[in-house]
Amino acid sequence: MEAVDLARWQFGITTVYHFLFVPLSIGLAYLIAFMQTLYVVKKDEKYKEMAKFWGKLFLLNFAVGVVTGIMQEFQFGMNWADYSRYVGAVFGGPLAVEALVSFFLESTFLGIWIFGWDKLPKKAHLAAIWLVAIGATLSALWILSANSFMQEPVGFELRNGRAEMTDFFALLGNKQLWVEFPHVIFGALSTGALFVTGVSAYKLLRKQKAEQFKASFSIGVIVALVASFMTAMAGHSQAQHLMESQPMKMAAAEALWDTTGDHAGWTVFAWIDSDGKKNSMQVDVPYALSILAYNKLEGSVPGINELQAEYEAKYGEGNYIPPVRTTFWSFRIMVVAGVLMIVLSLFGVYAVARNRLERFPRYLKWMIPAISLPFIANSSGWIMTEVGRQPWIVFGLQRTEDGVSPLVSKGMVLTSLIGFTVIYGLLLVALAYLMVRTIRLDPPEETGHGDTGPRTVKPDSQDPLLGTL
Amino acid sequence: MLETLWFILICVLFVGFFFLEGFDFGVGMLTPILGKTDRERRVLINTIGPVWDGNEVWLITAGGAIFAAFPGWYATLFSGFYLALFFMLLALIGRGVAFEFRSKLDNPKWRSLWDYVIGIGSLLPPLLWGVALANLMRGVPIDESTNYVGTFWDLISVYSVAAGVSIVLLFLLHGALFLALKTEGDIRERARSFANKIGAWTSAVLLLFVVLSYFETDMFTRNGIMPGMVPTMAGFALISVPFFLKAGRDGWAFIMTGATIALSTITVFMALFPRVMISSLNPDWTLTIHNTSSNEYTLQVMSVVALCTVPLVLAYQAWTYWVFRKRVSVRDHLDY
Repeated sequence: MEAVDLARWQFGITTVYHFLFVPLSIGLAYLIAFMQTLYVVKKDEKYKEMAKFWGKLFLLNFAVGVVTGIMQEFQFGMNWADYSRYVGAVFGGPLAVEALVSFFLESTFLGIWIFGWDKLPKKAHLAAIWLVAIGATLSALWILSANSFMQEPVGFELRNGRAEMTDFFALLGNKQLWVEFPHVIFGALSTGALFVTGVSAYKLLRKQKAEQFKASFSIGVIVALVASFMTAMAGHSQAQHLMESQPMKMAAAEALWDTTGDHAGWTVFAWIDSDGKKNSMQVDVPYALSILAYNKLEGSVPGINELQAEYEAKYGEGNYIPPVRTTFWSFRIMVVAGVLMIVLSLFGVYAVARNRLERFPRYLKWMIPAISLPFIANSSGWIMTEVGRQPWIVFGLQRTEDGVSPLVSKGMVLTSLIGFTVIYGLLLVALAYLMVRTIRLDPPEETGHGDTGPRTVKPDSQDPLLGTL
Repeated sequence: MLETLWFILICVLFVGFFFLEGFDFGVGMLTPILGKTDRERRVLINTIGPVWDGNEVWLITAGGAIFAAFPGWYATLFSGFYLALFFMLLALIGRGVAFEFRSKLDNPKWRSLWDYVIGIGSLLPPLLWGVALANLMRGVPIDESTNYVGTFWDLISVYSVAAGVSIVLLFLLHGALFLALKTEGDIRERARSFANKIGAWTSAVLLLFVVLSYFETDMFTRNGIMPGMVPTMAGFALISVPFFLKAGRDGWAFIMTGATIALSTITVFMALFPRVMISSLNPDWTLTIHNTSSNEYTLQVMSVVALCTVPLVLAYQAWTYWVFRKRVSVRDHLDY
């Protein structure tokens, strides 16, 4: 393995890890803001309790999201110095704007929200959580405008041996951004919503605070249905845009070696032979790929071999084929997870609408592991997007191998790769443990506190308020 | 012109970061020292609870601003100081989750684990920033292609460690004075007497650092032997701290350590200007605001964004401090 491969692994691991928490934070922020709005409008304490309960889980999750985000910002400089030099005059812009506009907003008002329950008027406190949600969304917008530049560079000129920004609004108006951003935001809403339904299902099965968790489940499942359906629609428009901007990624996601005829079939399953540049076996649904790509029954989709020849003519000799197997399967995993999300939440909305939720304990049981579905979809979606762009770090502009820090040694990258992976792993274990515990121990009055350890922390045990957070 | 503006703006972001996160690094380091019981340690953590995350964003923004305005600087600095940055990131990661995780379990072992993480996680970043800034001023091996060719150990010297220790001491003092303002009773007394004790040491080590700077950097020769107004005022501000403390004017004492931090940061940036990383191999290879900057258009756009947002950020962060102006005591409901 070369330093560039280790740097890629580090980027992949830290980014996928970071993006486990980000969508959950965004999704939960909106759901909590909605619940707290109900509390302020209806003056029903139930909604306040709901906002506080989900708030505890949100904060645990948010903390890990924030700290792993710091790493993301500095990583470009650490491992990708030549990339930073080459496109920094464009790419750095949205990152700085993200910090100035979004990070300050979300972290400042999050502090106000956590500590301000009794210190602020109700409406001002409600505004704080909405500002957190808006800040997080804006943050996604800016970072995705940076990512969209890597997928589809716009608004720049090549001058002085590097890319220089010439049109900021072109970056913001990037077509890629406006198919990617809705996909990510609706995906984040479904993540938060399915988390809420899964945890509520667990509490309902245990018959704890039935009224409160039924309300949570209903809100969650409706948002989950709408959001996961919208995610799929946005994903579809993204796939269609891919046909124009990065047909090679599309071809790899379909393991399509040769250009199809006029009616392109969608490959459900394939045994991919990347070296032989063919599939030794595949199962197709006729017409489906033409529909996916063009919304029509006909339309040929270009294959990998033709695109490779075309790119060689355009960019010079080289291998322009991304890892086909990874791109193909991550796409399918994402789609299957997405479809399951839609089906499960559709049934949930039906059960809630008929007020028959308790009659389907098996469905409620399924909804607990279903929490993992959006996380699987989010991760595999990003893997498909980023792996499918290879060998480019910025499509058509710079190859990944040319973006790496030239003098950072393999040993250094390996040290930090191992360091971050170990620490991230430990954090995940601690976080999961705390989340499960927080979920189990609610409502606190049933179990008290300090049940996992000896009660030696005297001053705390005397304080009736302490079990609450 | 815009390059200079962005150099100043990055200086402002570092001033904000060191001033604000300075006291919460200080409080973090002091948590295991000044907090005798778990309840007291929670009080200490809760004094910075609502604000530490917002304070840290000043660093994130400084990083983003360097990337956007001086990509060449960003690339060389963070790939060059690789391992130092790695340790700083681990410290910031551990410290950030520690605040959130610590109080969630009532287990003494769990809590003392996170106390260590908070303590070390608050000690390492200022120490490493001191090392980094000292090396920026002294110069580091940078080659013709603007890459850092040294190792991690090349960054460590008496001079750079002296810088690290001075910043740590300064932040301890700043943190103790913040606690004097934000706590009451026993803890407050302990914080004040700690500030009294450490004040002289801080001045001594900082003076040593200034003397070393005379031999190690060109900051005196470049601007003439007389130190300018800014560092002189930083020195006077620091010396005034014990007098304000004795007079019971804790607020003024805190403002004075804040002034020392701000003025020292400005001094460092003035000593550098217009350079951002000095090459010890060849002056021609030194990175400056001119040979590392983004193009004019990028700087224009970023200037508009920054000039619109920074005042707004200052306003709402100041409001946060107003909302949470009350002292925290062991009798309060504690969120962290």
